[in-house]
Amino acid sequence: MSAIITLSLLAILVLYLGLFNAKKALLPISLLGLGATLVLYLIEWGKDAEPLYSGMVLFDHFAVAFSVLCVFVTVLIFLLSKDYFDKASTHVAEYYALIMFSLTGALLVVSFHNLAMLFIGIEIMSVALYILAGIRKRDFASNEAALKYFLMGAFSTGFLLFGIALLYGASGSFDLAEIKNYVVNNPQTVSPLFYAGILLLIVGLAFKVGAAPFHFWTPDVYDGAPILITTFMSTVVKAAAFAGFLRLFYFCFVPLQDFWMPVLLVMTIITLFVGNITAIVQQSFKRMLAYSSISHAGYMLFAIIAIGPASAGSVLVYAGAYSLASVVAFGSLIVVKRATGSDHFEAFNGLAKKNPYLSLALTVAMLSLAGIPLTAGFIGKFMMFSGVLADYQVLLVVLAAINAAMGIFYYFRVIVAMYFKPIDRDQIVLTGQYKTVLLLAVLITLALGVYPACVAGLV
Amino acid sequence: METIVQNIQGVPLNHYILFCSVIFTIGVIGVLIRRNVIIIMMSVELMLNSVNLLLAAFSAYSGDSAGQVFVFFVMALAAAEVAVGLAIIVMVYRNTRSVDINALNRLRW
Repeated sequence: MSAIITLSLLAILVLYLGLFNAKKALLPISLLGLGATLVLYLIEWGKDAEPLYSGMVLFDHFAVAFSVLCVFVTVLIFLLSKDYFDKASTHVAEYYALIMFSLTGALLVVSFHNLAMLFIGIEIMSVALYILAGIRKRDFASNEAALKYFLMGAFSTGFLLFGIALLYGASGSFDLAEIKNYVVNNPQTVSPLFYAGILLLIVGLAFKVGAAPFHFWTPDVYDGAPILITTFMSTVVKAAAFAGFLRLFYFCFVPLQDFWMPVLLVMTIITLFVGNITAIVQQSFKRMLAYSSISHAGYMLFAIIAIGPASAGSVLVYAGAYSLASVVAFGSLIVVKRATGSDHFEAFNGLAKKNPYLSLALTVAMLSLAGIPLTAGFIGKFMMFSGVLADYQVLLVVLAAINAAMGIFYYFRVIVAMYFKPIDRDQIVLTGQYKTVLLLAVLITLALGVYPACVAGLV
Repeated sequence: METIVQNIQGVPLNHYILFCSVIFTIGVIGVLIRRNVIIIMMSVELMLNSVNLLLAAFSAYSGDSAGQVFVFFVMALAAAEVAVGLAIIVMVYRNTRSVDINALNRLRW
């Protein structure tokens, strides 16, 4: 808990630094604070997990592992932000403070032990993001992204709340342990309200993670928001929302799996096909990544379909692999867009000749997203597929394999553009921070791909 | 307080559930078919307030105060959300001179 308190205070401190025009101090202090948060979480790892504050939050290994992932990815995003935010607006402190507020919400979502905390966490996370999506006040695309995100977010919150209210009506408590007791003690006589509540919760959470048929806001919002904010949304927020989804279902709803599993199965299949087929026809790299994030949401839903003790580890590996690859992809997009002014695939033409290392990093990221062996993305997909295979969902695995093949097609378009379409272009100069982030992300991606047990065994 | 609980319990619980579901559905339909952003926001408020009423009813019937405390959380966060939402609408209005959803469809497919 001390980590979350530290982070909230840090965000307020950064706001004040912005007020007193201490621009140079913003990034170092933010990074220092995030480092302190990481250390506090690592200390938490060794302690016995007990529900704190009358059962509101529980920092078990699951929560700590996902929290560390979220904080670490935020550190990477902050390192990329050095000269990005300065160019976008004069109020730089707001970017850092809002991202940290949003991160605070994400950390609550991964460690909730009471439905009230799930709701509050999701709201803290989303309200800060509504502002971030629209932070370019004069840009139409950014305006539209903010408005769409806000309307869809508020709408989905309504479903989530109605679901929570129905669960409360049936079980008489918001506490996860008591809801679980209710389900376990009355397996035959679970109230119909409870089933309706589960369905509404699925709708609300599917909106948040961007799973079809509730995905339609995702491409517009990801496309319209500034690139770094899109990075944050598609990595930290998605990982946290999935962790919350899994936590709720794993704690409470496992005995009712026969009821909700077919619903999620259908949603997963639709999500995979919608995400991949529309990603193929995109001309813009950023929009392709937005659709691919929908399809990755589909793969991550596998873990909830095959829910069990192994689910947490596979979601952690998958979310980690996806987040690192996304950071590299969006980071490369930022520098390429700055050099060419376009985010289409053609903007990457001939990049390999002038920037071999940047191209190599982006290639590794694309291979990881496509799920090619020796990268972390392959291990993530492998764990997801073997999880559902153990559950005898053969049809789902076959469909997913078809989708993985489609994925390879559009991820390789970037690689083909970089290596096989030589045109004259200027070399892109990377700052030290960019090099650090790309190197770190690529190394971890490869290390996870070769030796996955170090992370998968954690939770 | 006792009389309030008794008054709430004067109406059968099923009626609350039905009534709240109807208000919630009206809110959902409002969000889906109206084109004016302000009215969409009002519909969302309708959805949230039906949840509040339902929570209060469940809470009074089960004799557990947690539901009523939750209502305060919902109110506080809904207020925060509306504050941000109205600011976003003002920002959009400054750029497009319109609060109509159809004015905002530059990003498609």
